[in-house]
Amino acid sequence: MKPFDYVRPATVAEAVAAAAQPGATYLAAGTNLLDLMKGGVSRPDRLVDVTHLEGLDGIEHLADGSLRIGALVSNADLAHDAGFARSYPAVAEALLSGASAQLRNAATVGGNLLQRTRCAYFYDTASRCNKREAGSGCDARDGENRAHAVLGWSESCIATHPSDFCVPLVALDAIIEIEGRNGRREIGLDELHRLPGDTPQRESALEPGDLITAVRLPPAARDFAAHARYLKVRERTSYAFAVVSAAAALQIENGKIKEARIALGGVAAKPWRARTAEDVLKGVAPTADAFQEAAWRALTDAKPSGDNAFKIELARRIVVRALTLAAAGTPARLPALPASPFASTSGAIHA
Amino acid sequence: MNHSISLTVNGARRDFVLDDPRVTLLDLLRERLHLTGTKKGCDRGQCGACTILVDGKRINSCLALAISHDGADILTIEGVARGDQLHPVQAAFIAHDGFQCGFCTPGQIMSAIGMMREAQAGDDPERIRECMSGNLCRCGAYAGIVDAVREAQERMDESNQRRSA
Repeated sequence: MKPFDYVRPATVAEAVAAAAQPGATYLAAGTNLLDLMKGGVSRPDRLVDVTHLEGLDGIEHLADGSLRIGALVSNADLAHDAGFARSYPAVAEALLSGASAQLRNAATVGGNLLQRTRCAYFYDTASRCNKREAGSGCDARDGENRAHAVLGWSESCIATHPSDFCVPLVALDAIIEIEGRNGRREIGLDELHRLPGDTPQRESALEPGDLITAVRLPPAARDFAAHARYLKVRERTSYAFAVVSAAAALQIENGKIKEARIALGGVAAKPWRARTAEDVLKGVAPTADAFQEAAWRALTDAKPSGDNAFKIELARRIVVRALTLAAAGTPARLPALPASPFASTSGAIHA
Repeated sequence: MNHSISLTVNGARRDFVLDDPRVTLLDLLRERLHLTGTKKGCDRGQCGACTILVDGKRINSCLALAISHDGADILTIEGVARGDQLHPVQAAFIAHDGFQCGFCTPGQIMSAIGMMREAQAGDDPERIRECMSGNLCRCGAYAGIVDAVREAQERMDESNQRRSA
């Protein structure tokens, strides 16, 4: 690991000033960053430790019905907050389907949003990677790319964003609160992550010094609590990243879908909101045919970036299944295997 | 630049001067305090052999910078027994053959203790497996590990019931 300076600011303003310097990066739990630094993938000159800042670790109910989640709340504390899991069950299920219990205890809300791709060529410093080293090329393009993107990719980069948490969040119109050099601002989560285009090294809308301070769920996000699921296909049942995942959330009134939300994970460089698929479902009955049509729309623009055409059909089926599960109703208690298509590890039912 | 930090490790306050901010909690425990029960398996957060409790919660000590945890309360495998009296999870691992080579065992035990504090799995074997998935066992002693954790959980539930009765 390359040597670095360590700074522990006392205030958000000090943190922003320290992190705006070239070569500086924020440290929260470090569960992804330290791994990247040990591998020589990330080589910061200065770490700005925000874990001791006051006021960023609360879950706050706002007067208008929004929920503000501080950037330093751990993934586990958020998922295990009973009120949170009741109001935003797909988000809790997504959190608990990610990483391991140890990592969820440490990893923060803000850090989860900014975790880096798990593309093996990004991690392997002997490989060419436009994201790690701009203009060097992309060895994933002709390499082992079974797990890579099928939506929004470019010739420069076919990596995917690995977060589970972000998938239901983007479906529920989450808002990101940011403190930066020019003060405070907020953006939709859908605007945070960028598609690669010709500049895959620029992964987000954040500028130097920008610090995510909170994630906010708008009042309408809780209206989906009765019909919301996250479904995630993995290479193994637990402690693995998504091959493909989907969040589905519905409002059903008098046998018709009043409002639908669908987002996909593991398919693109950002959590992928499928708005045209949502439109198909508005005002119709929650039937298998309607879900098939929505799934078809969600993947209309998909194309393989390598040996991964199977992900397109898999994603369609996962969308249908997630919508079917959501329509059936949010379970009273999260399943033993969160977000798993299998009900049990032993004698798994392959539906 | 030197940085001073203090930690509480297995109940005792320890002060350190770090001449390099790169040192992880894992390396601090092993190299500076010679508490080598906490194992360095992958050193990349994938195997769980380095699991310790920090402020009562299980984490991977290989992915935690010591300098960032100034003031933390740390429990390692060396701190769980009371003298010669094993922690109930330790005793259950022996009773159920929850190990073969033993390398992952301190991490498994610390993870199980952390899991029981989280109170999400109860004694449901499926939930125990899911909640313990961050601890790999290359010998494949998982069946014994799940039995051990389930028994330790049952013992703890019984003793809690006795206490509240």
